[in-house]
Amino acid sequence: MFPLVSHMEWSIATDLAIAVVLGFGFGYCLERAGFGSARKLTAVFYLFDMAVVKVMLTAIVTAMTGIAVLSALGAVDVSQFYIEPTALPAQVVGGLLFGAGFIVGGYCPGTSIAAIATGRTDGLAFALGMLAGVWTFAELTPGLETWIRSVSQGELLLPDATGIGMIWWAIGFMLLLLAASRGMAWLETRFAGLKPRFS
Amino acid sequence: MSQSLAGTAPMPLRRAHALPYWNPYLVGALLGLVLLATYLVTGRGLGATGAFSSVAAWLASLAVSVDHVTANAVHARYWNDGAPLASWTVFLLGGALLGALISGWQGRRLRLMVERGPRISGSTRLLLAFCGGFVAAYGAKLAKGCTSGQALTGGAILNVGSLVFMMSVFAAAYGLAWFVRKEWI
Repeated sequence: MFPLVSHMEWSIATDLAIAVVLGFGFGYCLERAGFGSARKLTAVFYLFDMAVVKVMLTAIVTAMTGIAVLSALGAVDVSQFYIEPTALPAQVVGGLLFGAGFIVGGYCPGTSIAAIATGRTDGLAFALGMLAGVWTFAELTPGLETWIRSVSQGELLLPDATGIGMIWWAIGFMLLLLAASRGMAWLETRFAGLKPRFS
Repeated sequence: MSQSLAGTAPMPLRRAHALPYWNPYLVGALLGLVLLATYLVTGRGLGATGAFSSVAAWLASLAVSVDHVTANAVHARYWNDGAPLASWTVFLLGGALLGALISGWQGRRLRLMVERGPRISGSTRLLLAFCGGFVAAYGAKLAKGCTSGQALTGGAILNVGSLVFMMSVFAAAYGLAWFVRKEWI
């Protein structure tokens, strides 16, 4: 039954309309969470506001549980999903660079769009930097893509790698979220003094 | 009223008339449902970096030439048969821009300003935002995705590479937080 794309065809116009609708929900959620603000986003790295982890972990657990349950009921065929191949060295180096860009720049690609929408000029500067970065990557270092493919392990999902079903992972992540929510509440109290005060 | 532009007095995080953000666990659940819906309809998750690559390919075709774009292995994948802007990811981010605008308008949070801590000037902050974006773009191109394309999308399906990416992102950001603290706190 799901994903719909595996047994239905729709026009390019419909496809792009679907993108706008889903994007609307995406952007609405990001702004509602406060992620159009670089100070709200980077607060997670000074531990006085853990909203970034709360939102991300809850979103992951929600989608994971939905997929796991629908898959167990036979309503969704996970093998029809596009899975980005794992390439551990590329994802470690890429992740470290991305994290550095996040704490220095204050945004990630999606949240910079929410920042631009609400008038944050630093969000626009971040997005222009992103644009310059992807352009430079294509012009100066296109060979890195060959390297990424050469260090790839192919499609690698935890349920396949461990033999533990997705539903158990979903339950595990729910427990992790419960424990983390208590830990984060403690951190926010402990580091409340780091919250900047504007005179 | 241009008092909130670069180089002028910083704004408090929330002015009296800006409405509070929603509970992060509630927004997280909603965002998870958006991600789930994306998977159920398209068989792929969300992603933000692809749109930047599409725009870069389009700009390169204008600034250099179409032949240059189609001859470049990276640009060519985003050329989309001559319509790089008519790509799914560009429209996704177009929708995101609209969604964030509506949310910000409802929450009375639309404001022309630079987000920064009390100890940094607006122009320095803008420069650092540009540099951070450049470095993050390189990271996202290497890792084949960003916070949405790898961390959220891959995390929800338990993709090992995505989980490793997410841990690397947080490791680097927490590791550097002390050194750039004057930008934020």
